[in-house]
Amino acid sequence: MDVLGNYKSAISARSTDKDIQKKAQDGGIITTLFAYALEEGIIDGAIVAGPSDEPWRPEPTVATTKAELLAAAGTRYTISPNLYLIKEATRSYGLDRVGIVGVPCQIQAVRKAQLYPIGMRDVDDKIALALGIYCMENLSYQALEAIVEDHCNQKMESVKKMDIGKGKFTVYTERGAVSQMPLKLIHKYVQPGCHVCLDYVANLADISSGSVGSPDGWSTVFVRSMKGNEVWDGAMAAGLFETKPMDQVKPGLDLVKKLATEKITKNQKNVDARKTVGLKADGTPKGLRNPYESP
Amino acid sequence: MPGRTPESRPEAKPAASQPQAKPEVKPSDVIVNEKVEVVQKEEKPVAEKISIGELHLSGCTGCLVTLADNYEGLFKLLDDYADLVYALTLVDVRHVPEMDVCLVEGSCCLDDKLSVEELKQARAKSKVLVAYGACAAYGNITRFCRGGQWNQPGHESYVPISEVVDVDLFLPSCPPCPQAVRNVAVMAYLLLRGNDDQKNLATAYLTPLMQLAQRGDTACGCDLMYDVINQGLCMGCGTCAGTCPVRAITMEYGKPNVNRDQCIKCGACYAQCPRSWFNFDVMNNYEGIMDAIKGAMQ
Repeated sequence: MDVLGNYKSAISARSTDKDIQKKAQDGGIITTLFAYALEEGIIDGAIVAGPSDEPWRPEPTVATTKAELLAAAGTRYTISPNLYLIKEATRSYGLDRVGIVGVPCQIQAVRKAQLYPIGMRDVDDKIALALGIYCMENLSYQALEAIVEDHCNQKMESVKKMDIGKGKFTVYTERGAVSQMPLKLIHKYVQPGCHVCLDYVANLADISSGSVGSPDGWSTVFVRSMKGNEVWDGAMAAGLFETKPMDQVKPGLDLVKKLATEKITKNQKNVDARKTVGLKADGTPKGLRNPYESP
Repeated sequence: MPGRTPESRPEAKPAASQPQAKPEVKPSDVIVNEKVEVVQKEEKPVAEKISIGELHLSGCTGCLVTLADNYEGLFKLLDDYADLVYALTLVDVRHVPEMDVCLVEGSCCLDDKLSVEELKQARAKSKVLVAYGACAAYGNITRFCRGGQWNQPGHESYVPISEVVDVDLFLPSCPPCPQAVRNVAVMAYLLLRGNDDQKNLATAYLTPLMQLAQRGDTACGCDLMYDVINQGLCMGCGTCAGTCPVRAITMEYGKPNVNRDQCIKCGACYAQCPRSWFNFDVMNNYEGIMDAIKGAMQ
């Protein structure tokens, strides 16, 4: 499989919904698609990264209204364990058609839950829409706190928006201050599990989206599965997105491909290095577990 | 009845008092047609089906009920893919028969000679032996038994079945999912009856579940610590917490926290974790495989 995965079309797009544009990280693709799917009855609810009792810590939430979707819009650069609710959504919430958004590893988890439903009773045919977001690496909440409060010297509760782009981690505060730090300084805070991840643009999602490759305020969208294609066509027909062909935007698909190749090459090296990290008594290497080979 | 003669009974009247109409087709035609129909209806599907049995040891019957929880899917399985040749209450067969796939439910009580004997028979008489459910695979809640329980207070030694016989495949969780056993049944059918492509697919699909059987017969929420987090593999997706059948796992700041007193040692969290195994050859083809299974069940 190509580093960008299988896809039927790649488009640069942004939402035409003004409410969503105001809250969105970039093009507002995920929020708009879920709002459309809720409206059309394609999903009964969506598992999203909702607000919690701590600033910038997302809490997995089942959103069943556009207001709840808007409350969850925008990127939080830390873990939201959305799979936590995947069975709960079909049982306690009684949803027959579940939408879920996740980073690439979470979409992998969704597909594993569908193909090997070990403990995921009655879940496999209830995943109606799995939306993926691009992800280079992720941070624990405490790591995000260290970055924002120690490095950028801003209080978590005073931050209005966080953004990654052009080699910088940027924090915008409510009162208009802008703090930046070089992206390479955050690498030491990245959670270890991300170093073996071999997926950048959520190859197994129905539709995946992220800012890379498109101009500011726009997102690069990959429409991948049959299901994804139907939903995307429907949303386009309803006039929910403004689009441009990928070959007419800067920096374009080449940048997405470059970053995907970089991530996967680097992490494949990490996976390989695990095989020889230790030493056996006979002088041969001793390895750590490789999840891509066996449990 | 008094006064009633045998001659007055309507049934006793001779049936063919009137001349019969000429049959529209010759009797020989009818015989030939019927024969062809019988051949098509009976022999073709039966010859291709695999045989599946369920051996019930020290379990709660939840695994067997789970098989039935496929509802109409179970009928489809039994119509087209598998004959159920042995199962508690569902099949009237007393002794363990020969079978392609044997699903073993429950752990094995060493104090019960019949359990040990039947388990060995099941191993000898089946091509594929599946530890069906957490008790068979890992002991599950029977790990907590120390004897003294009604109505067999003398029974206290319960072991996962792989301590007594070789096991080919694990299907953990308590109970396992109806969809999981359905998928395994369809894949076993493809493995034993399919063409080369189907055999390859089934082999690829079943491989991690076979590797799980080689990994060991103990399971616990601790596996998430030992084999995922301690190994530097956890990325906080939340799958383990979502899959736990007893809600013993919560996510605290993006990492699982296991309430070990609540954990029943079913192995679902680790087996479901995308970082216990993730086989790209199967997963990348998820759309095709799910469509194929859906198609097979229609």
